Amino acid sequence: MRFARQTWTVAGKDLRSELRTKESLNASISFAVVILVLFSFAVDPTADQMREMSGGLLWLVFSFAGALILNRSFARELGNDCLDALVASPVSPAALFLGKAFANYVLLLLVELVTLPIFGVLYNTQWARQPAMLAAVMLPATWGMTVIGTIFSALTVNLRMRELMLPVIIYPMMIPVLMAAMRLSTILINGEAIPADDWIWFKLIIGFDIIFTSLSLALVEVVLVG
Amino acid sequence: MTNMGNNILYVMGIVAGLWLARNVHEIFLGLPDEAAQGAIYRILFFHLPSWFTCFTAFLLAGVSSILYLTKKNLVYDTFAVSAVEVGTVFTVVGLTTGSIWARIIWGIWWTWDPRLTWALITCIIYAGYLMLRRAIDDPTARAKNSAVLCIFAFASVVITYKAIDWWRTQHPGAVLSFRTGGGRMDPAMESILYQNFFALLLLTSVLVVLRMRQEAMSREIEGLRRHAHAL
Repeated sequence: MRFARQTWTVAGKDLRSELRTKESLNASISFAVVILVLFSFAVDPTADQMREMSGGLLWLVFSFAGALILNRSFARELGNDCLDALVASPVSPAALFLGKAFANYVLLLLVELVTLPIFGVLYNTQWARQPAMLAAVMLPATWGMTVIGTIFSALTVNLRMRELMLPVIIYPMMIPVLMAAMRLSTILINGEAIPADDWIWFKLIIGFDIIFTSLSLALVEVVLVG
Repeated sequence: MTNMGNNILYVMGIVAGLWLARNVHEIFLGLPDEAAQGAIYRILFFHLPSWFTCFTAFLLAGVSSILYLTKKNLVYDTFAVSAVEVGTVFTVVGLTTGSIWARIIWGIWWTWDPRLTWALITCIIYAGYLMLRRAIDDPTARAKNSAVLCIFAFASVVITYKAIDWWRTQHPGAVLSFRTGGGRMDPAMESILYQNFFALLLLTSVLVVLRMRQEAMSREIEGLRRHAHAL
């Protein structure tokens, strides 16, 4: 109970401070739009092309734009030694991590929600043919991205080259979940049913979430306190 | 390190070298060409043992990282980084030998098949581990952060290993009898394969010990430098 309240407090604090300034959120959404525009130059967005690569493009945009939010997650606490204060407070490191992860999760989902219709308009794609299934892929896949991003944001927060090291570490770690989400989203956006063979990707996302959430919760105390 | 330790290391290195030379002789002159693939199948005797060696190294590095986090003794960190470094080299050997084989048999150097993709991801993640270490100056912070990453990274090793069971891959399936129950490979060939693996493991142990000494020495130099600065 206490743990849940602490988690909620941290998540509420992060969300409030982000929603009041909208610093990362605006940057992240603008960046998502920029990537979407850039991609239209890299490939010819015809209907056939989009049938093959809609999922891949979407998740690349989500992960690139999401990294901006994840990068700030712990770094925002560096000013005025807020991170030290948080670690010294009676909040358990696991609750601190989970609270921050929830806040990031909500922000990432917001970015995705805004990006999807823009993607639909710019690339002339009907993305909402199977909204419930798409949500069933996006919710756990985004959680997987969030967990990896948040724990490594905590790990690299005190590094000299934080902005450089974080992408180098998180993208390879995220590949399993991105790969699965890309594959499934492409199928769903095309309005097809998921073939029996491809359910493994869904299991992969769930397995990824369970394994890395438990690992992060187990290790976060070491990461933050030492 | 004592003279005795040095001597043991030399002997281990020499034995590993001789054993590998004997295996190479056996592989190229003792074994016949394979019926379907011809001479190129011989690369398997280096490809598989390299992967086993790097998996072993990464597993030990992971265990050692857990030990560091529980015991906070820098020796475990030294071992982890040495094992990861040597393991990463063998990952590159595995990827290269696989690529050469693919060029001959499939006609292409690389394909985005789950097994290959995950092997490459593993290589990139452990390269990231080595880069992360460069970015942190404080030895205990470096040990702690890289130990956490090392534990996370091991997940990709498990996925790489199991990829041929989970997905229908272009990469050949398991051939060794401990995974197939036998019958996929001639016992004489399998025996040479294991021998090459053990020889490589011996070589790896020598390399890891050498690397551990370097690491300990560099930590000492770092300490001395700080001491000098303090004065």
